[in-house]
Amino acid sequence: METVIDYSPAILRGTGVTIFLAICSLMVSMSLGLIAAWGKLSSSPIGSRVANSYTTLIRGVPDLVLMMLIYFGLQRLLNFVGDYTGLWGYIEINTFVAGFVTIGFVIGAYMTETFRGAILAIPRGQIEAGIACGMSKSLIFRRIIWPHLVRLALPSFTNNWLVLLKTTALVSVIGQKDLVYEAFTAGRSTRQLFTFMFVVLIIYLIMTAASQTALGLVERRYNVGVRRA
Amino acid sequence: MASADNSTMLKVEDLHKNFGNIEVLKGVSLTARKGDVVSMLGSSGSGKSTFLRCINLLEMPNSGTVTVNNEVINMTTDRVGEPKPADQKQVERIRSKLAMVFQSFNLWSHMTVLENIIEAPVHVLGLSKAEAIEKAEALMHKVGIYERQHYYPAHMSGGQQQRAAIARALAMDPDVMLFDEPTSALDPELVGEVLGVMRGLAEEGRTMIVVTHEMGFARDVSSDVIFLHQGRIEEQGPPSEVFTNPKSERFRQFLARTRD
Repeated sequence: METVIDYSPAILRGTGVTIFLAICSLMVSMSLGLIAAWGKLSSSPIGSRVANSYTTLIRGVPDLVLMMLIYFGLQRLLNFVGDYTGLWGYIEINTFVAGFVTIGFVIGAYMTETFRGAILAIPRGQIEAGIACGMSKSLIFRRIIWPHLVRLALPSFTNNWLVLLKTTALVSVIGQKDLVYEAFTAGRSTRQLFTFMFVVLIIYLIMTAASQTALGLVERRYNVGVRRA
Repeated sequence: MASADNSTMLKVEDLHKNFGNIEVLKGVSLTARKGDVVSMLGSSGSGKSTFLRCINLLEMPNSGTVTVNNEVINMTTDRVGEPKPADQKQVERIRSKLAMVFQSFNLWSHMTVLENIIEAPVHVLGLSKAEAIEKAEALMHKVGIYERQHYYPAHMSGGQQQRAAIARALAMDPDVMLFDEPTSALDPELVGEVLGVMRGLAEEGRTMIVVTHEMGFARDVSSDVIFLHQGRIEEQGPPSEVFTNPKSERFRQFLARTRD
C-alpha cells in the first residue's frame, strides 16, 4: 500500500493524461463520425463512397496495428515528402497526437454508424413539420434533428465512449505516459505489478462508472416526452 | 362565409408530378379565393395527397406553377434535371404562410404542446417569446387544449394531438391552411372533435384546402369539391351540385362506395 502512495503522483499524472487523451480522441471521433454519417446519407456518390471506404477500412484493421502504422509510418511518410519537396523540415510525431488521432479515427468509424442509424431513425414527419413551417435547414437541424439525434444515438454513443476510454491504454505501447504506462513502470520497478494493475483496474472502473452515470442523466433529459414501454 | 375581400389566395396551374416513370399528377389546377374551403376527394393513389404536398413543395412538382397570395414560387432544375426551388429563402417565406396539418399530426415529440405552438412563430416569424405565448394561449383555448399545454404529445389522445397541431398551424397566421387527411389516423370517436374545430375555422373565413375522406365535411362545409382520379380532375364544383348531380361516372361510383 505504501508503495502505491509513493507512486501516486505518477499514477495521477497518468490518469490525467488518459482522461485528456480520451477527450481529444472523442472530439476527433465525433467530428469524423458526423461528417462520415452525413457523407453516407448524402445523395452524392463520392461522399458515400469515401465514407464507406473509411468505415470498411478502419473497422477491418486492429487498432494497435493502425496506431503503430500512424506513429511510425506517418512520421516517415511526412519526412519523406518534406525532404523530397523541401517544403518543411524534420517532423516528429508526438506520441500523444499519434495516440488521439488513431483512436479518434478508429472510434470515428463506429460513431459514423451510431449517427447514421440515429439520423435514419428520426421519423420523417418530425422534419416535414419543420419544413412545412418554413424553417431553414440549419434551424431544422438545431431545433428538431439534433435533439432526436442525441436521444437516439446516446445508448450506442455511451458504448463507443466506454470502448474509446479503454482503447486509450494502447498508447502505452508507443511510449505515451498514460495511466497504464505509469502503473506498469511502477509495478516493474517495485516488483508489485499485480498491486499496480489492480489500482489501474479500480481507476478505470471509477472513470467508466462516472461516465455511465453522467451519460445516463443526459439520456434522461433527452428522453423527456418519450413514452416508456 | 361570403367575404367582402374576394382576392385569390392560392392558384395552382397545370401541376405535373412524376415519381420516376410514374406520372401521379397529370395537370391539376386549382384556384382558392379568400375564405374558400376546397375539399379534395379521391380514392387512394389518386394523387390528392401528393397534390397537397406539391403546394408547399414538400414534393417538388415537375411542372406547373403555384401562386400564393399573388406571388409565384420560382422553380428551376438541378444538375440531373430534377425540379428544385430557385430561391430557397422565398420558398421558406411562402411555406410559413401555408400552414399544414398532417395525417399523423407530426407534433415535435420532444416539445410540450405550448413549445410546439410557439416554436415556429419565435424562430421563423421572429416573434418575442411573450407575444408567441400570449397568442398560443388564445389558440389553445380555441381548440380546447389549454389544460394540456404542458403535456408532451405522447401523453395525449390522437384527437388532442391533432387539435394541438391545428393550433400550431394557426399560430403562423397562415394565408392558406393545408389539411392532409387530418382525421384518417384517428379513432372513430375522436374524429368529431377535430372536424368540429375545422368547421369553426371554415366559418371564420379561413382559406382551407382539405384532403379528406369525410364526405359529411366535404358536403356541408366546403365551398368547392374536387374529385381526383388517376392524377386528373374528374369532377369539380360546389358541393350542392356535385353531390346531387355528379357528371362523372367515376365520381358517381366513388359516392356509391362511400355512401355509408
